[in-house]
Amino acid sequence: MSISRPAEAGSQPPLSYPAYRSNITRAPSRPLIRVPANFTDLAAPVYGYLPIGAGDTDLTRQHDGDPLGERIVVSGRVADEDGRPVTNTLVEVWQCNAAGRYRHALDDHPAPLDPNFSGAGRTVTDAEGRYRFVTIKPGAYPWRNHPNAWRPAHIHFSLFGSSLRSRLVTQMYFPNDPLFAYDPILQSIPDPRARERLVSAFDLDLTQPEWALGYRFDIVLRGRHSTPFEQRT
Amino acid sequence: MTGTAADRSIATPSQTVGPFFEVWLRSHHALGVLAGPETRGERLRLRVVVVDGDGAVVPDCLIEIYQADHDGEYGRESFSGFGRLPTGADGACEFETIRPGAVRSAAGIVQAPHVNVCLFARGLLRHLYTRVYFPDDPHLDADPILALVPPDRKHTLIAAPVGEGASVPRTFERVIRLQGDDETVFFDL
Ligand SMILES: [Fe+3]
Repeated sequence: MSISRPAEAGSQPPLSYPAYRSNITRAPSRPLIRVPANFTDLAAPVYGYLPIGAGDTDLTRQHDGDPLGERIVVSGRVADEDGRPVTNTLVEVWQCNAAGRYRHALDDHPAPLDPNFSGAGRTVTDAEGRYRFVTIKPGAYPWRNHPNAWRPAHIHFSLFGSSLRSRLVTQMYFPNDPLFAYDPILQSIPDPRARERLVSAFDLDLTQPEWALGYRFDIVLRGRHSTPFEQRT
Repeated sequence: MTGTAADRSIATPSQTVGPFFEVWLRSHHALGVLAGPETRGERLRLRVVVVDGDGAVVPDCLIEIYQADHDGEYGRESFSGFGRLPTGADGACEFETIRPGAVRSAAGIVQAPHVNVCLFARGLLRHLYTRVYFPDDPHLDADPILALVPPDRKHTLIAAPVGEGASVPRTFERVIRLQGDDETVFFDL
């Protein structure tokens, strides 16, 4: 089992971050109660290991026609804090379409829906911790956090990992997006190097000639505690 | 220098689940029924209600639960113990499950029957961990996690029975208050 360290200072967003307005009435105000290490190593739920179909990993093949937009390959490696691959773990993604619109009743952004794009996929990591999706590049979209607020293009990711404490929901961004500096969700992460970890890298090796650009997004999940911690109790 | 091995060993930052996660849940990921006809144990409904700091219900939460089976064992093939539901317009969701057994750790420490809860929502940059305990359980007083909680906050972790005790299955409700005077206890794992 990997040894999980306390979160590196500045590497995770704080609970309270009022620049993100809906955080104001939702963030807990009392400190979290720390659970001793020997109670946190509960193995993660085994869930979602239904057979993965072609449409689950290729979001451009879920309908009769091709979705509009720039076709991309998104791939990477999921590892724990010791660099060991996290194998056979569920990776789920969701995103808006190329025009910046989600297929969701509450998304009223006046951009077109794409009848050939639903925007959700899932897969399981392989023996080296790798995952791969084919999709289209999501658009930027406006939101009402502050005047003229726009989210940088992003893909939402959800992962389970090896234990309850490795659960992660995050967002992958695209390189050199001019909206980064104005986005309170990304800027909530204090350390700029930690923010960089959410920005995928263009990857010519993942790029498919005459077909799709490739972006690499590696993910590190928190590990379990180790036995030396248990001996203290 | 960027991109060093040391850099890569730091966990990827969390980001909010946002308001549109149902795009992802809708296809085949919502799961409110944990107990099948074969599952051993006392059937119960667990209703989770989420309330914000203004006292308003939170209609766009994602609630995941994870619990032991009747024998206090996790992740058995016969009972995954995992559930996942979005809250509705009333800020609530309801799981059909069983009462978990007391959980014995490798070191022999017994935890009172409980359900682990992982809460995601628009506005939360990190998910929150809490627990649901059941009232009148004989193991509550000796539970090592409840022992960490200040006495005046323990009640925020204990579900309340709903309706008549005679109805089957029984319903237990746990109101999660994200913020404010009676704020729920959340844990750092
Ligand atoms: Fe989004």
